[in-house]
Amino acid sequence: MQADKDTSNKEEEELSPEQSAIRNQEKNFEGCHEITMTPDIEMESTSDQLYSNNDLNVLQNITLTPSPLLWLKSLDELLERDKRRQEDGFPRKIHIGRLVRPGKSGEQKVVVVPSTVEEKLMHDRIRPQDDESEGSGGAGDGEEGEVIGEQPVRQQGEGQGGAGQGKGGEHEAGSDAYELGKILTEKFKLPNLKEKGKKRSLTRFTYDLTDRNRGTGQILDKKATLRKIITTNIALGRLKITEPPDPTRFLVAPQDKVYRILSREKDYESQAMVFFVRDYSGSMSGNPTKLIVTQHVLIYSWLLYQYANQVETRFILHDVEAKEVEDFYTYYNTNVAGGTQVSAAYKLVNKIVNDENLAKDYNIYVFHGTDGDDWDAEGKETIPELKKLLTYINRIGVTIARPGYARGRESEVQKYLDKSGLLKDAAHLLRMDVLEDDSDEERIIESIRRLIGEG
Amino acid sequence: MQLINQHTKAIMEGCKERALDAGLSFQSETLEYIVTNRDLIELSPKIMIPTLYDYWVHDVEVLKEKGKYELYPGNPYETVINTRPAISFYNDNNPDWLNVMIFYHVLGHIDFFQNNHFFRNTWDMDFTGEALSDKRVIARLRSEHGRWVDYIIEFARSIDNLVGYYDELKTLDDGIEKSCSERLNYYFDVFLQLEKHTTISGYVNEVNRYNELKNELGEEGEPSFFAEIRRKHPEFDAKYKIYRNKSKDQSLDLVQHIMTHSVFLNQEENTWMKSIIEIVRKTSLFFQPQIRTKILNEGWASYWHEKLFLKDDRINGHEVDFARVHAGVTSMPRVGLNPYALGLRLFYEIEERADKGRFGLDFDRMTNIHSRKDYDIKAGAGIETLFKIRREYSDFLFINQYVDQDFLSRYNLFVAGKRLNNQRMTWEYYVKSRKAKDYRKMLFESLYHPPRILIDTYTADDNQLRLIHKFEGKPLVREYIASALLGIEFLWGDTVSLETNQAEIKTPLRATDASTGPTPPPDIKWRRIRYTMKDRKLSKTTLG
Repeated sequence: MQADKDTSNKEEEELSPEQSAIRNQEKNFEGCHEITMTPDIEMESTSDQLYSNNDLNVLQNITLTPSPLLWLKSLDELLERDKRRQEDGFPRKIHIGRLVRPGKSGEQKVVVVPSTVEEKLMHDRIRPQDDESEGSGGAGDGEEGEVIGEQPVRQQGEGQGGAGQGKGGEHEAGSDAYELGKILTEKFKLPNLKEKGKKRSLTRFTYDLTDRNRGTGQILDKKATLRKIITTNIALGRLKITEPPDPTRFLVAPQDKVYRILSREKDYESQAMVFFVRDYSGSMSGNPTKLIVTQHVLIYSWLLYQYANQVETRFILHDVEAKEVEDFYTYYNTNVAGGTQVSAAYKLVNKIVNDENLAKDYNIYVFHGTDGDDWDAEGKETIPELKKLLTYINRIGVTIARPGYARGRESEVQKYLDKSGLLKDAAHLLRMDVLEDDSDEERIIESIRRLIGEG
Repeated sequence: MQLINQHTKAIMEGCKERALDAGLSFQSETLEYIVTNRDLIELSPKIMIPTLYDYWVHDVEVLKEKGKYELYPGNPYETVINTRPAISFYNDNNPDWLNVMIFYHVLGHIDFFQNNHFFRNTWDMDFTGEALSDKRVIARLRSEHGRWVDYIIEFARSIDNLVGYYDELKTLDDGIEKSCSERLNYYFDVFLQLEKHTTISGYVNEVNRYNELKNELGEEGEPSFFAEIRRKHPEFDAKYKIYRNKSKDQSLDLVQHIMTHSVFLNQEENTWMKSIIEIVRKTSLFFQPQIRTKILNEGWASYWHEKLFLKDDRINGHEVDFARVHAGVTSMPRVGLNPYALGLRLFYEIEERADKGRFGLDFDRMTNIHSRKDYDIKAGAGIETLFKIRREYSDFLFINQYVDQDFLSRYNLFVAGKRLNNQRMTWEYYVKSRKAKDYRKMLFESLYHPPRILIDTYTADDNQLRLIHKFEGKPLVREYIASALLGIEFLWGDTVSLETNQAEIKTPLRATDASTGPTPPPDIKWRRIRYTMKDRKLSKTTLG
């Protein structure tokens, strides 16, 4: 309410050019506005709506959830406590790497915070994914059965619904993610890449005599010096083109001497390129998506730390078709679409690597998350694409997050990967792990270990 | 935190006078504080109680995606807390007119806290004071026992939603006259019916005999009534005694049961744990009424802030500002629930109906829609009825009794549904139902309702604690069971088992062509499961 009051006062005082433009536009507007309906109950259940409204918030505009970043101050202490828990024989309780999106209005951010759950015996919904059948309150006109509004399933892009929501904020993931990677490496003892003796060196800099300096230096660059001397003498008129050169007459200025000096160079070869590939088909909705996304956040953070920020990432979503999205935010937030075709995704990765000639300069990692369904049940198209991938990548990790209803049933992807024998033949390149619907953080991290570990 | 200035305090006192004149009743002393963002960081994890005990979980973001409202203490954040004196919190730059509105709202809450009988258990104490002494106890214990104090808090909190709030209320003198003695209740409700299997006519005869004696002898009626019974059934007194002892034990909630019967906790060196558990239990009980009266409480406060603000002569000229804020607070969302709006409309509706005398047989029997519409016998019972509701109702009773078809139709309410449109790839919101029954059901589903966990005291031969979840159509959150049972096992000091229902869902195989038609609802089969926590290991058996 404070905000309301402020704006009303300001309105009279001053308006920015854009604001007055908008106001003038509104003044001269003839016709009627169509209000697009996008009810904001996406994430909240009715009980949350009922109980999360409170006086501080509603009457005084005081928010009760201060930035979760504030909690980070006691992180070390918390982790220490968590370690003690294990020693005392109780399961760990601090979760890391959850993404919270604070802020009611406008830009939402991806933030990484330590978090926990107070576990109690309490009621659950009957089915975790039954959001669509659970009713909510409503008021206003409309016959029973009448559609009163809609919201695009895919939030980004041209649809009016959530347009603009994804803007900004995605870079926020960076700095916190680095912290998180550090924690993951230290706390969860994820393998340290540098010690693995990969083919290419992972150091960020090399030292070489590449820089040139006039006058002083470590090694005289004779050729360059001679060239310089000749230029000088031509200018001085001591060297005539028509006559044979007489080096004894040359004047040598101190500045003509060119030396090489030792300098630090960026080693571009040490960079990593990570492809995050996620299945966002209809069957992925709910927990599988959450699991995959959580895991990918963790992997992303860990790589970021391992490569000291020298990681480039590409994000690919696929259902029957694959597409590249520009940032982690979109990757993380884009929801459920149609069917599943794994080969499309691998094909796109191959295409990008090929077109941009990435294999030469990068350590390439691919992490693929799916629920394991594939219309190409035999893997006829997928396996050849996968084989192509294996020729140049450092590691591909496939995570299969099984939805609750498919518990215990082997998925198609699992079947054809097993059948192809690649899991054994190319074990150093290809890894697969299957997560059950109710896997916890601990299990997800275990899974990362399986995907990237050596043994 | 600092107190509001004298100028603002004077406004508050003015509001109090007007509110008391209007019929609200509350203790005249209150405290108002200005809070900064920094204060809020510390206050919000402590649910605005400045003196609540320290606990490390308060320093961490607590995940709430799962059944947020089921979590202790269910976020009963208010601008005002239910203490003596009541304490309320404000921004430091509210304009006067806004403060007037908020003060009235706050006074509405204070009146509700201090008069609604669901808050009976909070009437005789000042929670800030109690919390402060509890905080000191915990701090002292922490210096002696270190991190084990936090484990005990954690384990106690893992069952603090299972406290016997209603049992607690039952034991309190709520000022409402008890119609008959416990012995009499036992005689008619249990002894005659369950022990003696008396015929209906025999039962009615006894009722008549009692009434006659009562009329004839007054106070002496009951003793002579029982004198006759003792002659007829010499075993009556013994049976009554057994029943009383048993029912006393049965009315222990899980937390109390563990404290009373756990061999582990009652060992000399562990008794300190019991003080912590008691603190956690007490704290939970304190918040129970608040979470059960959200719609009512907010509706009541909104009703009064509107009514009193508009009558207040001090704020002339701010009607439009008020209207804007007020509409923001109490508008019905197109899709979604707003407790302020819902509660406020219910109060309006009830007031109007009571004023027109529409609660009663005559009106209920009337079927002609036009005469129903015009029905007005000028009963004028509106405000009286509202005060009765404020005194005696909780959210459930409120909704159950007053959300009816007339109310829905008048305010154009409906149950909104959300479904996936495969062709357009959109979520569609649609009007699912306009029936009062469905709307009530939707509301009930949203209300706070912890599971009912009973203690099986009959089969106990060994020292196992057997818990039975009374299944009400909803499963327990499966991921949390292990942790919760681990905590209970620790406190109990021996094996713990929990019987509950679990869904076995058979999803019909999805057609490969995902675009055709809605997926048929999955087939749910409930299975009775028993979890056993022994030596910190969880095992599961299917009972059928």
